[in-house]
Amino acid sequence: MKKNPVLGWAFALPAVILLILFLIYPTLRTIQLSFTQGIAFRPEPYVGLDNYITLFTRDPFFFNLRNFPPTGAFFTTILWLILFVPIVIGLGLMIAVMANAVRYEVAIKTIVFLPMAISFTAAGIIWRFVYSPDPNTGLLNAFLMAVIPGFQPVPWLGRVDLVNFALIAAAIWLYTGFCVVILSAALKSLPSEVMEAARVDGANSWQLFWRVTVPMLWPTIVVVSTTMIINVLKAFDLVYIMTNGGPRNASRIIGFAMYHETFQNGRPGYGSAIAVVMLILVLPFVYFNIRRFRVERQ
Amino acid sequence: MTTTTAPRVVETPRAIARLRPSPRWLLHIVLVVIAVIWLAPSVGLLITSFRPPAAIADSGWWTAFSPARFTLANYEHVLFSQGMGQAFRNSFLITIPSTILPLIVASLAAYAFAWLDFPGRDWVFLGVLVLLIIPLQTTLVPVLQMFNGLGLNGTLHGLWIAHTAYGLPFAIYLLRNFFASLPRDLFESARIDGANELTIFSRIVIPLSVPALASLMIFQFMWVWNDLLIALVFMSNPEYQPMTVRIQALLGTYATEWHIMSASAFVSMAVPLIVFFALQRYFVTGITAGAVKS
Repeated sequence: MKKNPVLGWAFALPAVILLILFLIYPTLRTIQLSFTQGIAFRPEPYVGLDNYITLFTRDPFFFNLRNFPPTGAFFTTILWLILFVPIVIGLGLMIAVMANAVRYEVAIKTIVFLPMAISFTAAGIIWRFVYSPDPNTGLLNAFLMAVIPGFQPVPWLGRVDLVNFALIAAAIWLYTGFCVVILSAALKSLPSEVMEAARVDGANSWQLFWRVTVPMLWPTIVVVSTTMIINVLKAFDLVYIMTNGGPRNASRIIGFAMYHETFQNGRPGYGSAIAVVMLILVLPFVYFNIRRFRVERQ
Repeated sequence: MTTTTAPRVVETPRAIARLRPSPRWLLHIVLVVIAVIWLAPSVGLLITSFRPPAAIADSGWWTAFSPARFTLANYEHVLFSQGMGQAFRNSFLITIPSTILPLIVASLAAYAFAWLDFPGRDWVFLGVLVLLIIPLQTTLVPVLQMFNGLGLNGTLHGLWIAHTAYGLPFAIYLLRNFFASLPRDLFESARIDGANELTIFSRIVIPLSVPALASLMIFQFMWVWNDLLIALVFMSNPEYQPMTVRIQALLGTYATEWHIMSASAFVSMAVPLIVFFALQRYFVTGITAGAVKS
């Protein structure tokens, strides 16, 4: 390692300046804005904790405990976490293990991974099409009408009780391939002796999966879950394109609510408070990331 | 001993690692169903994009082959009458500099973090790891205000700088890890031979890091090309809006005009799909390493 303070800083400086200007300063400024109304994007007039108090007590579209289960962007994000994360990981693991046992493994993984290549915007259009209430265009309604006699077309994205499940299904379609690719790579790196030993001891496929494969893949499962949780906490595009938060604001999630309040509703101070809530929610994962980096370095 | 255990012994490690659900035909059926579920939505929209509007309204895309009525008119229409042609050009104008610039800035910084010793280095790098996870949303308003003040709002330059800065934490993280894995002897012998740091960087580190740089380049290219949020906020000038922003604008007017929406979506998907199939190996490496960025 060469000791040369000037040279080291000279190489790092362009990056450091950009990071300060675009990430560090704006984040601090957003925290400041969250205590104001943010008129014309300036930190004035000062309102103290009003934005936060409104968010958690008076905004039925953000934090609403009067319904059961609770509704609003905050709880819809939690619904995403509860449904999306386990399903996408479970499905990813299932496909990785099944594909591992067939000759056309690469083809399956490529097909499932393909959605990762396209934008959320394009994926949003694809799924609006699938969910179309017109049975001449919407594949889902057409399929259900063909299979179930007397089935009436359902406006999947137009119903308060269904919209979030429809969005989560589209997100699962998008992200499963990512989980498959990472979990499949981890699966192939498992020592085959362990599998063989378990099999010789008389373990069947089911036991082998739950008692050997899953425990050995656990560190990878944790990393992929973390990634998926962060993706949910930051998500914006899919909701914006597919429903714009509707119908009747039922599909708002935190990442969308921030954009909506700031840019569509013209309340930058309030939107900044939502951004700070997002920041607080992802913060525990900063610690996780740093710890992982330290482990990788050793 | 030899005869009874022989079948076990010839099994390859791969075969042993397999889980064999019984019966086996069930496995094939499940996998085929999964493949169909994953392909059908995209294939449906693709077929629709080649059908005349009247046919789209009359019948499902799954009946499109009897009788086959296909046309390129939808693509002609969105490219030349709905601004998708111009947006396509804009996506390139935005994406190419936004891919190259962060690569240059990040590789310089990553070299410093991996192989140069300077005061505060570890703290700055720790800072980069923290920034890796900051949601973009927490930076949008102050950056927009800064851009308004500097006249950068709605310009290509503004978007290039923003994408460069937002791409840095991940690019530095990935490259630093790769650079740090290069053998130490390489640097020491070059320094003994009197090479300066810039020479070591450009003649040794960069040529040896082509695979990492390629993965990163593809990741950043796809990320910028597919970005909606940053362009939506900072590109107020319709002249330079990329395809993602154009599509959401079309959605406002033509939400159920499927001949327009399907063709527009596929125009925007063409380049990512080509990159995906042509450079799949680098692409998968980049995306999986980029797990933490979003």
